[in-house]
Amino acid sequence: MHVHRSERLWLFFGVVMLAVFLGVITTAAIVDGFVPPSRVQTIDPTRVAQTPPFDHPGLRKIAERTYEAYYVARIFSFTPATIEVPAGSRVTFYVTSADVEHGFSIPETGVNTMVTPGWVSSVAHTFNTPGTYLLICNEYCGSGHQLMAAKVVVE
Amino acid sequence: METATGSALVQGDETLALSRAGGNLLALTHIYTATLVLGIGALFGMLQGFSRAGLITMPAAFDYYRMLTAHGVLMALVFTTFFITGLFTYSVYETIPRVRSLTLGWIGYCTMLVGTVMTTVVILSGSATVLYTFYAPLKASPFFYFGATILILGTWCVAFDCLANVVWFKRTNPAQRIPLPAFIAATTLIMWLIATLGVVAEMGLLIPWSLGWTPGIDVSLSRMLFWYFGHPLVYFWIMAAYLIWYTLVPTAYKGKIFSDALTRVAFISLLLLSTPVGLHHQYLDPGISAGWKWMHSVTTYGVVIPSLMTAFAIFASFEIAAQRAGRRGFLGTVRWLPWGNPVFAGPALGMILFIFGGFGGIVNNSYSMDVLVHNTMWIVGHFHITVGGPVALTFIGASYGLIPALSGRNLFAPRLALIQEYVWFVGMAIMSTAMHWAGLLGSPRRTSDVSYFGAQGAATWHPEMLWAAFGGTLVAISVLLFIIVATGTYVMNKPAAVRPTYAFASTDEDAMETPPALDRLGTWAIIALAVAVLAYAGPLTQQLQAHAYLAPGMRTW
Repeated sequence: MHVHRSERLWLFFGVVMLAVFLGVITTAAIVDGFVPPSRVQTIDPTRVAQTPPFDHPGLRKIAERTYEAYYVARIFSFTPATIEVPAGSRVTFYVTSADVEHGFSIPETGVNTMVTPGWVSSVAHTFNTPGTYLLICNEYCGSGHQLMAAKVVVE
Repeated sequence: METATGSALVQGDETLALSRAGGNLLALTHIYTATLVLGIGALFGMLQGFSRAGLITMPAAFDYYRMLTAHGVLMALVFTTFFITGLFTYSVYETIPRVRSLTLGWIGYCTMLVGTVMTTVVILSGSATVLYTFYAPLKASPFFYFGATILILGTWCVAFDCLANVVWFKRTNPAQRIPLPAFIAATTLIMWLIATLGVVAEMGLLIPWSLGWTPGIDVSLSRMLFWYFGHPLVYFWIMAAYLIWYTLVPTAYKGKIFSDALTRVAFISLLLLSTPVGLHHQYLDPGISAGWKWMHSVTTYGVVIPSLMTAFAIFASFEIAAQRAGRRGFLGTVRWLPWGNPVFAGPALGMILFIFGGFGGIVNNSYSMDVLVHNTMWIVGHFHITVGGPVALTFIGASYGLIPALSGRNLFAPRLALIQEYVWFVGMAIMSTAMHWAGLLGSPRRTSDVSYFGAQGAATWHPEMLWAAFGGTLVAISVLLFIIVATGTYVMNKPAAVRPTYAFASTDEDAMETPPALDRLGTWAIIALAVAVLAYAGPLTQQLQAHAYLAPGMRTW
């Protein structure tokens, strides 16, 4: 089978480009920890309200400017509805759903994860800029999906 | 194709002519069904654009999400599928002339139609507002799942009919290569059969659960089965568009297929690379380790190779034909191409949009970058500049060739057909650009109203949504013109004295002999299945070992 010289060159360029892309992604994953949220932890979706720590959702201070925030997503709201942290805080979010599939996203930050009933999702972010951040459900969950939002206040 | 018209194949000219006329009617029925479905889908799409821009509010009796479900199902699952089954029926019947039974073909069409009608009625009645991804535990009426399954089973009948013809050809002509269009249809249909196993398995979980026979559903398992099917679905559209680009578009400029062998290599690669990719839709899912996601990002990038081969072959075919006509250089080639012929202009405009669709796709697959765009309007922009751009424009341009050739009537108002394609191109470019931009600003997809009680950030998304509604209106007008031309061809025009043709191009005479191994479709099918098993053995085992809790069903709309 004959392959034209310029096509060989074109495909060589393509393979090199792919190798560079994959190299960048893999290096970022291993060196800087840029991996998508992939927590593997199950929870009974029918007993979320009785299962610690989701029986008392809310913000926990772990150390100076280090927080953990436990959220329950339920049609059509998040609990807690508002959290407040000082600027420069690193917040690790733990979210689970008590009913259907939801999303958990803070636009213009890297906070974005699916919330699947039966599983605990986790994602962390350092909030350096003060302001009121909108936290939204970004997966269709029913007729009131467009109302499902909460706030993260950074002071 | 020279190989297919050998006199050994002709079994009595009159019966053959009758059989061919019957086959034409079957293919035409598929294509025209797709045309009408596109019309309904586009109307819903335009209303969605108005809703998102805050120009109208859909009434509670026919709400935004119900309309969105109908739009997604009709466009992604019904319009594309009917066009492709029609195109493949044409490709196989035309290049393998024989006296054949049309029974299985018609059973396939009728089954698809029954499934479509059932699904659409259930959606419009409001008992299946689950969007086209039908993520459990949103629980639709069982008839929604039945209808979708019946639609898929109908496509299997069409696939078996096409494949039976290819097998017959190979048995009758062991020394010959399968005609290229039939080969492309066959590889794509084998891919489709392997991919749809996933969604049929998912239906095996959803149907008993929706009937109340099982108490709950393993949500993440059903998601994995869906996306095992969901991305190959995309390649199903793309491979059909590539069939047109490789084998039908060159006829419009009296060109040749660049290389028979390399075309086959590209489609075998697509067959093998189509299934091990689904996890890139689940990058942000809990319960799947990052390592499996990384593995699928590598295999998803693999599709760049057959895509680059295709880009090369298409542009080489343009350039060689232009050189034969005495034109030189990039601009000389571009200016020489028949931009005034709707059969060429649609696919060619689609190719331009596909360049940007490809760029966006690389971002989406970028494992870490996906976090910034996942479930935002960026994704909506991406699939409108891919399936709504190159795929739909190619299918429309091909319809302007297929409908006259299959009905024996000249195209009605060819000038209007041409205007229609350029209006679509401009409208889709505006709409998709606005959607991409809104997504980068964080605007979520699948949401009827994104004002969020006047939140600060949300206000920045609004101007983009106005642009999207404007572009969407242009596309909807364009669809109306398409339906006028397609219907006018049949209703206004009488059968032409000289039957219009839409012929497959032949291979460039300089091309080398094709290796016979490429024609061993059975072997390639087994390898493709093995690749799918390898890609999913790990993540699927992880799901099953987790013994995930079952979620009860819920109707939240």
